[in-house]
Amino acid sequence: MARLSGLQRDVLSLYRKCLREIRNKPEDARINFKKYARSEFQKHLAVNKKDFSAIEYLLRKGNRQLELYADPGIRNIR
Amino acid sequence: MASLRTTSRLIAASRPMFRPAFARTYATVEPTPSKQPKMKTFKVYRWNPDQPSEKPTMQSYELDLNKTGPMMLDALIRIKNELDPTLTFRRSCREGICGSCAMNIDGVNTLACLCRIPTETKAESRIYPLPHTYVVKDLVPDLTHFYKQYKSIKPYLQRDTPTEDGLEFRQSPEDRKKLDGLYECILCACCSTSCPSYWWNSEEYLGPAILLQSFRWLADSRDEKTLERKAALDNSMSVYRCHTILNCTRTCPKGLNPGRAIAEIKKMLAV
Repeated sequence: MARLSGLQRDVLSLYRKCLREIRNKPEDARINFKKYARSEFQKHLAVNKKDFSAIEYLLRKGNRQLELYADPGIRNIR
Repeated sequence: MASLRTTSRLIAASRPMFRPAFARTYATVEPTPSKQPKMKTFKVYRWNPDQPSEKPTMQSYELDLNKTGPMMLDALIRIKNELDPTLTFRRSCREGICGSCAMNIDGVNTLACLCRIPTETKAESRIYPLPHTYVVKDLVPDLTHFYKQYKSIKPYLQRDTPTEDGLEFRQSPEDRKKLDGLYECILCACCSTSCPSYWWNSEEYLGPAILLQSFRWLADSRDEKTLERKAALDNSMSVYRCHTILNCTRTCPKGLNPGRAIAEIKKMLAV
């Protein structure tokens, strides 16, 4: 695999953080969370890889969402 | 507005450093409207987070000033009501007490509700969100970090000893006077976002607004954790990134003086 840019690594690390957080969720809900996280990333597959400001914005938004959904009060998602 | 600003600044220069709040004039009724329409162009920063790949743009709106209230906020509300309901901005009290409508108008950070529309109709007015903030949408800045920093200075009375009579914590009029020019701050973030030091070091430097509040609690005679508060500030980043640029004092829409408060903190830390 080619060497990744800093931004690409940031995106991957966000995705891994999501997967790690999903492990703290109840077992039967994990699949839903996983689907949701993946769909959030897939929504923006079309973003140009050189469109740094858009990617940075989406990263910030993603981190905010992750913080929100990581709350132990949220036990399932549809 | 430009002329109004400069005069208020001239007056401020000859006055003691802590000016009283509300030195600025408030909304008044315009003189009887003339028949001729006074069209003025407003250029407003637009950016929609739902289309992140699209670049931010400046959108022009034309309003007849005879039918618009005197303040920038009136113009924005009219644009939203009559021309473009998708325009997004924060507003609440429309009288400079909530700090919601802080934005960059014609290059100056101010509250839209306290900023008069320049009567000059040839020149267009440019309205941007607060500089160097992440934009949530259009004119709405993301102030999460700013509020986090505010929380980090523990902005509440810290005290272990109760009063002798178990009633409120009282203050002498002299001690109360020390808080004038500090407690009026509404945390609109105009000063912090106008500070170049804060632009480059916002992660660690607290910024003028938060430091003004820090000093408000350091100066409070009822607070007993002064030493702890000082210790928390005594590092190279929190306070000492202030290089007395004084953009904060120039821009404060409430006429406060964060620059002086920071100087007082530095004095307290040096002793």
